[in-house]
Amino acid sequence: MSTPIATPSDAPRFAPSRGRVSVSGAADESLPGEHLETKTVGQVTVVDPVMGARGVNVHYGTKHAIKDVNIDVAKNAVIAFIGPSGCGKSTFLRCLNRMNDTIEGAKVTGLITLDGRDIYERRQDVVQLRAQVGMVFQKPNPFPKSIYENVAYGPRIHGLAATRADLDEIVQTSLQKAGLWEEVKDRLDHPGTGLSGGQQQRLCIARAIAVDPEVILMDEPCSALDPIATAKIEDLIDELRQNYAIVIVTHNMQQAARVSQRTAYFHLGDLIEVGPTDQIFTNPRHKLTEDYITGRFG
Amino acid sequence: MTDATPVPVLTSREKVAATLKRRYRAELRFRAYGLSAVLIGIMCVVFLFWTIIQKGYTAFEQTYIQLDVAYSAEDLDPAGRRAPDDLQAANYQLPVRAALRAAFPDVQGRSELKKLYGLVSGAAEQTLRDRVLANPRLIGQRDSVWVLADDRVDMLAKGKIDRSLPESDRAIDDMELRLFDALKAGRHVEVRFNSPFFTSGDSREPEQAGVLGALVGTLLTLLVTLVISFPIGVAAAVYLEEFARRNRLTDLIEVNINNLAAVPSIVFGLLGLAMFIQFFGLPRSAPLVGGLVLSLMTLPTIIIASRSALKAVPPSIREAAFGMGASKVQTVMHHVLPLAMPGMLTGAIIGMARALGESAPLLMIGMVAFIVDVPKGLTDPATVLPVQIFLWATSPERAFVERTSGAIMVLLAFLLLMNAVAVFLRSRFERRW
Repeated sequence: MSTPIATPSDAPRFAPSRGRVSVSGAADESLPGEHLETKTVGQVTVVDPVMGARGVNVHYGTKHAIKDVNIDVAKNAVIAFIGPSGCGKSTFLRCLNRMNDTIEGAKVTGLITLDGRDIYERRQDVVQLRAQVGMVFQKPNPFPKSIYENVAYGPRIHGLAATRADLDEIVQTSLQKAGLWEEVKDRLDHPGTGLSGGQQQRLCIARAIAVDPEVILMDEPCSALDPIATAKIEDLIDELRQNYAIVIVTHNMQQAARVSQRTAYFHLGDLIEVGPTDQIFTNPRHKLTEDYITGRFG
Repeated sequence: MTDATPVPVLTSREKVAATLKRRYRAELRFRAYGLSAVLIGIMCVVFLFWTIIQKGYTAFEQTYIQLDVAYSAEDLDPAGRRAPDDLQAANYQLPVRAALRAAFPDVQGRSELKKLYGLVSGAAEQTLRDRVLANPRLIGQRDSVWVLADDRVDMLAKGKIDRSLPESDRAIDDMELRLFDALKAGRHVEVRFNSPFFTSGDSREPEQAGVLGALVGTLLTLLVTLVISFPIGVAAAVYLEEFARRNRLTDLIEVNINNLAAVPSIVFGLLGLAMFIQFFGLPRSAPLVGGLVLSLMTLPTIIIASRSALKAVPPSIREAAFGMGASKVQTVMHHVLPLAMPGMLTGAIIGMARALGESAPLLMIGMVAFIVDVPKGLTDPATVLPVQIFLWATSPERAFVERTSGAIMVLLAFLLLMNAVAVFLRSRFERRW
C-alpha cells in the first residue's frame, strides 16, 4: 500500500506498540489499509486517509490520558469516537488540531499526520493547521457578534476573501451548507447568541466550514440540544460528509450508529476497537466493546 | 430512670414541622440584620450629604454691593491719552473709596473710614478696571456698579453672623452693622449666584476664592493618571492572564501587585518625590508629576480588576477563536478584550475615583502650595480639589467654612459624573454570551 502515512519503520517518533491484543486489521476485507501491528482490534487503517495517528500518547501531568493510539481518518466519511466518560476520546480529538497546546501540562507524543505531514512538527503552523482542521464544540459557542461576523471571522483572519462581495458569498454558502441560510438570511446583523441552541450549533458549523477545512472535528455537538435540533445536525453531518472528513465524539450510541461509517471505541485511554459502524454495533469483536454497546456499563 | 411518661413517637413530617418555626425565625432575623445594615448605611450617607449641603449651599451665592462710581479723569487718566497701559496702571482704589464716602458722607475719621472701605472686597478695584478697559469712554462719567462685598459682610448678609452677640465677640462691629443696614435699606445689597466661585482660582480673600484652579488641576492630573495607568494596567493584566506562563516569577509578580494595592498612598508620594522630582527633575506641584504618582497608586487596582475581568470571560470563547485558527493575539484582541472591557473600565473608574479623592501623595510632591492662577498646562503649578478642600478647611476665616463644603460638593459632583460615565460605558460595551 502506498499511503503517505509514515509506517512504523520510518517514523522515528513512533512508539512501539505493545501488542497486547495482537490482531491485525487485515481480516476486514471491506476497508483494506496498510497492515499495522497494534493492540487495537479491527481495521485502524484506511486507504488514502486524510489524517493518521501512530503511537499517540497524551499525558496530563502524571496522568496518562491516551495510551498508544493508532487510527486513520478517511476522506469523505464520518468516524465516531465512542466510549465511557473519561476514556480520552475528547482528549484524542483535541490532539487532531492541537487544541491541547493551550492546556498547560498536556504532553502529546507519537505521530499525527494531516495529508501525510506531521502536524506536531516544528515547522507546522498551528494557525494553518486549525484552518485545515476545524472544530465544533460541545456547547454552542458563537462569538458575541452578529451572525454575519461569526461566519466571516475565519475567512477574514485567514485572508480568504479579497473583497466584500467574496466575503458575502462565503458567508452565504457556508450558511447554506450548514442549513441555516433560510432561517437567518434576513437577520444577518442580529447577534449570533440570540439564536436557539440548535441554530447556534449550526452557526458554529457554518463558521467552521467558512474557512474550507479538510477535516471537521465535532466534540459531542448535540449533547446540549433537544432531539429535533439534534436530528437537524445529524442530517447536516451526513450532507457535509460529501466534502469533508468528519470526526465526531458522542455519548449517544444511536447517534454514532446513525451518522458514522466507522466507529472507534475508547476505554480508559486505550483505543479498544475500530471498525465499520454496522459491524461494531452488531458484531463487536472485543469483550469491552460488546459490554459497552450492550449497556453493561458506561 | 423510669419511663413513666411514654415518649411520643414523631413522624418525619412532624419533625420537619417542628423545625419550621425556628428556620423561619432565623430567616427573618437574617433579613432584619441585612436591612438594618442597609438602613444604617443610607442614614450615614443622608447625614453626610445633609451636613455638607446645609453648610455649603451658601457658597454658591455671593453678596454684592452697589456703588455709584464716578470715574474721575484726573484720578484715573491724568495724561488724558486713554491709553490701555495708563488705564491698566491707574489706581482704582480712589473711585471705590470716593463712592463709599459719597454714600456715607457722615462717616469721618481714619478708623471709621477704614471700616467703611472694608465693606467692599479688594476685588472691587479689579471690577472697575475691567469695566474701564472694556469701555474707556466711561472715564469722566458716572456708573452704577455691583461689586463684591467683603467676606464678613457676605457672612452677615447670609445670616451667618449672630447680631445678638456682644460687639467684642462679633466679626462685624456695631458701626459696620449700621452701615450695612443702611446699604440694605437702600437696596444696595444683593445676594446673587456666585459665578466667580467657578471661574477663578484660589485666593487669600474668601470672597474671591474659587475652585476653578483646583478643578482644572484635578482634571489634568486625572487625565495623566488615566492615560498612563489604563493602557499599562490593561497590558500588564493581559500579559499576566493570557500570555505569561505560571511559574515562580509570575507568582511573585502577582503577590507584589496585590501588596502594592494595599500600600499607603503617602508612600507613593515619597516615591514620586524621590523618583520624578529629584531623579528625573520634573517640576514640583505640576499635574504631570501628580498624575504619575497617582498612576503608580492606581495601577495595581486596574491590573487586579482587569485580570478578574479577563478571568470572567468564558473559556468557550477562547476555544472558539483558537478552533477557528485565530492566533493568540487575535483571540485576545478580537474576542477576549472586548468582552473584558466593561470589567476593566469599572476597575479603572474605581481606581480613578480613589485617585480623585487622594491628597496625601500629592502633598509630598508640592501640590499643596497656594496657587492663584488656573493651570494652563501639565507642567504649570496646580493643586487638586481634595488638597484645596484641605487648605480651605485649615483657613481661619469664617467664610471659608462654606467654601470648603462647596468645594466638597463640587468634588462629589465630579465623582458622580465619573461614575455615571462608567455606568454608561459599561452598558455600552456589555455583551451577553
